[in-house]
Amino acid sequence: MHLQLTKPWRPLTEANVAALGGNLGVYQLANDAGEVVFIGFAGGKSLFGLRSALAEHLAAPPAGASQFRVEVNQQYQSRYRELLMVHRRDTGGLPVANRDAPPVHLGRLS
Amino acid sequence: MDLELSEEQRLIVETVRKFVRNEIAPLEADLDPDATELEPIDFERLVAQTKEMGFYGLDIPAAYGGPDIDIVTRTLMAIEMAQHRAGLYTPCYGVFGGAGLAQLFEANDDQKERYLFPTLRGERHGFFGLTEPSGGSDPARAIQTVAVKDGDDWVLNGSKIFISEADRADYGIVFARTDAAKGRAGITCFLIDAGMPGFHVRRVVHTLRSTHYATELQFEDLRVPAGNVLGEVNKGFAIANDRLSRQRIPYSAGCIGVATKAQEMAIAYAKQRETFGDLLATRQGVQWMIVDNEIDIRTSRWLTLAAADKARRGVPFRTEAAMCKLVATEAGGRVVDRAMQIHGGYGMTKDLPLERWYREIRIRRIGEGPSEVQRLIMARDLLGGSFH
Repeated sequence: MHLQLTKPWRPLTEANVAALGGNLGVYQLANDAGEVVFIGFAGGKSLFGLRSALAEHLAAPPAGASQFRVEVNQQYQSRYRELLMVHRRDTGGLPVANRDAPPVHLGRLS
Repeated sequence: MDLELSEEQRLIVETVRKFVRNEIAPLEADLDPDATELEPIDFERLVAQTKEMGFYGLDIPAAYGGPDIDIVTRTLMAIEMAQHRAGLYTPCYGVFGGAGLAQLFEANDDQKERYLFPTLRGERHGFFGLTEPSGGSDPARAIQTVAVKDGDDWVLNGSKIFISEADRADYGIVFARTDAAKGRAGITCFLIDAGMPGFHVRRVVHTLRSTHYATELQFEDLRVPAGNVLGEVNKGFAIANDRLSRQRIPYSAGCIGVATKAQEMAIAYAKQRETFGDLLATRQGVQWMIVDNEIDIRTSRWLTLAAADKARRGVPFRTEAAMCKLVATEAGGRVVDRAMQIHGGYGMTKDLPLERWYREIRIRRIGEGPSEVQRLIMARDLLGGSFH
């Protein structure tokens, strides 16, 4: 498994989100330039997994997000933290929309 | 021989049980099913409560400010503390505190100032770095990380895998080979700081535990001052080995706690769920599963308490620790599996904690030495030597 998500970006539209499955997993949101602005997960309490998690962003996309990509993953908690750590290692900080509420005790990679 | 709890033990167990049910379990209703951390405000509030109860830092020796609770009572408490969704790997989300790395009590005064005391105050966190890609069951022979003396320093090169908490730690206890010709007598224990150049956390190792993950480490010309050798050069394996035996008792207790809760859930469900016009509890197939669960739980419990009692009395307990680890981890898996079977489809969902326990308790048959190594340890003790 790659450390970074490698799937192509898809426009953050109602139709694209509605086409998602209800699986657990992780996702990234990016702006028009392809810069990751938010990393999130659809956990065991989400009503319809990735579909409902992404749907919550449609009305008010964080930090100008316009596209998304997902990864179905039962180990969504550790994968979510890994993606944040990889982003911080590669860019020096967390995605802009994650900075207000980062996970407690996020680790580091080098 | 008294198999009953003392009045004090009964009170302590009851207090912890109420704490878990009244304080921890309700918070879990709002957390992600795989969560391992409380909101900081809840964490601080509950830490204050455990301090008020006199239970904070359970395994810290009294000489260092711990509550001076014997290991048998601590084992009974650990069984209770595991009886919630995150309880197997994060009992009560850590609000009871702990000594962290017990090896630090063997450190010299300077090392205690730099590592032990800040750890006990909760200011610094450490990791335990033993297992390598070359193997974990036989660490003394498998260790390929080398440390070479260079002036006043040691220079480490190598890697570690399945190391918990290393990505969030301030320092670690790391084992490296310092004499290639001496086997287990050529291993030295080092204290390394996470900020030292050459220390890398390369990746998260995803396992059946979603949140309490492991990491892979790499040391590239990691320069460690000679003052950071823990214990004596070439005598590090004894430090590792002592830790492995002691850790098997609370490791077993966690499995018993989860199994106990799973059994409680299975019994409650069997007494309210109807199939074909009658309760599950009336079905012989279900009754036998519940009886088998109870046998597994009680067997594990007595073996673990027997090991703890020997440890408390200061007599050798290696065989007992291996036996309780083997039995409690395997029995715990069977109990959770049967409880899921009784719950049917709901047992497979994240609505109930059984699904999480099922994944996490599987690791317990491998972690802290797999079942086969526990049998090897017992065979050596019973036969009086190594009969290969």
